Amino acid sequence: MKEINPNESLDLKGVACPGNFVRAKIRLEQIQAGQILEIILDDGDPIKNVPRAIREEGHEILKVEKIHDKWKLFIRKT
Amino acid sequence: MTEYNIKDLKSGGLMKQKEKDLFSLRLRVVGGYIRSDQLVKLSRIANKYGKGYIHLTTRQGVEIPNINFKHFEEVRKELAEVRLDMGSCGQRVRTVTACQGTECSHGLIDCLSLAKEIDRRYFGIGGHPHKFKIGITGCPNGCVKPQENDLGIMGRLKKGFVKENCTYCGLCAQVCPVGAIEVDKSNRKIVFNKNKCIGCGDCVYSCPTQAWLRRKEGYSIFVGGKMGKFPKLGVKVFDFVETKDKVFEIIEKTLEFYKKFGKKGERFRNTLDRVGIDKYVEYAQ
Repeated sequence: MKEINPNESLDLKGVACPGNFVRAKIRLEQIQAGQILEIILDDGDPIKNVPRAIREEGHEILKVEKIHDKWKLFIRKT
Repeated sequence: MTEYNIKDLKSGGLMKQKEKDLFSLRLRVVGGYIRSDQLVKLSRIANKYGKGYIHLTTRQGVEIPNINFKHFEEVRKELAEVRLDMGSCGQRVRTVTACQGTECSHGLIDCLSLAKEIDRRYFGIGGHPHKFKIGITGCPNGCVKPQENDLGIMGRLKKGFVKENCTYCGLCAQVCPVGAIEVDKSNRKIVFNKNKCIGCGDCVYSCPTQAWLRRKEGYSIFVGGKMGKFPKLGVKVFDFVETKDKVFEIIEKTLEFYKKFGKKGERFRNTLDRVGIDKYVEYAQ
């Protein structure tokens, strides 16, 4: 898979639900459609809830990477 | 003033209080949903006839305490203006409870429309050995506690897999609560253990590439749950009922079985334990 270059990055380690989603949502509102936001999420509830919530908002998740016990998501704003 | 029999009053949602002449009025509420204009009316009634407050029941219902007997007809007329009916007590089908599965992002079925339909068909039906409670929950999280009901309904999902869409990111394996999915990223392989799957849909909803897809919604049926002095959890008797009509058929057969085999004053669970759950399943399926 080709390398993805995010326009923005948001570290949500240690941020509980639904605060992590809300912060991602706010950041997504600040960028342009088509731009890419990279977020880092904890295991457990965050990875269970945030990707689905982002999808339900209509954004596209381009890639998911597991880095030890954290998860990196690349989201394209629609 | 009309003479009322306490037992008749109770069957229509009036409960005698400790205080002389005072009753608590139980209303017919489905799944805990009340319109805002109905709430305004409830507030007015509570101020005018009661003591300025209402009580929220454990089964998502509403009761207006401290209503004097002599105001009963007036209150009922006012309730009718916002299309609120009296609730159900006694040996009848009680308030149908439901979670917010219609709105909740975990909800797999439209709980509200199902609750309304069940309420329309079966609410208040009497003649059973004891009360009969039905609860509907939208997914295996079971927030409405279907296992505490005489008959509980739970939304379930059967899913499909589109290999070409999968990026083997491993998210589904991570979110699956029962470890039914294994992802081998280096060999681009997914192993799905169907027997472990509880049909919650977490994999489907978290999959970023729509490799897991919603294929079919269905219903699990639990029976024999009860609380009270001798609580028992309901047991799952039908794992995946495919249609609403089949659910209604099971409810009807269940009520019929209870009427036929239950002894007076016996909760459904006790009937099941005495007569045998196998006999019930055979009857209801």
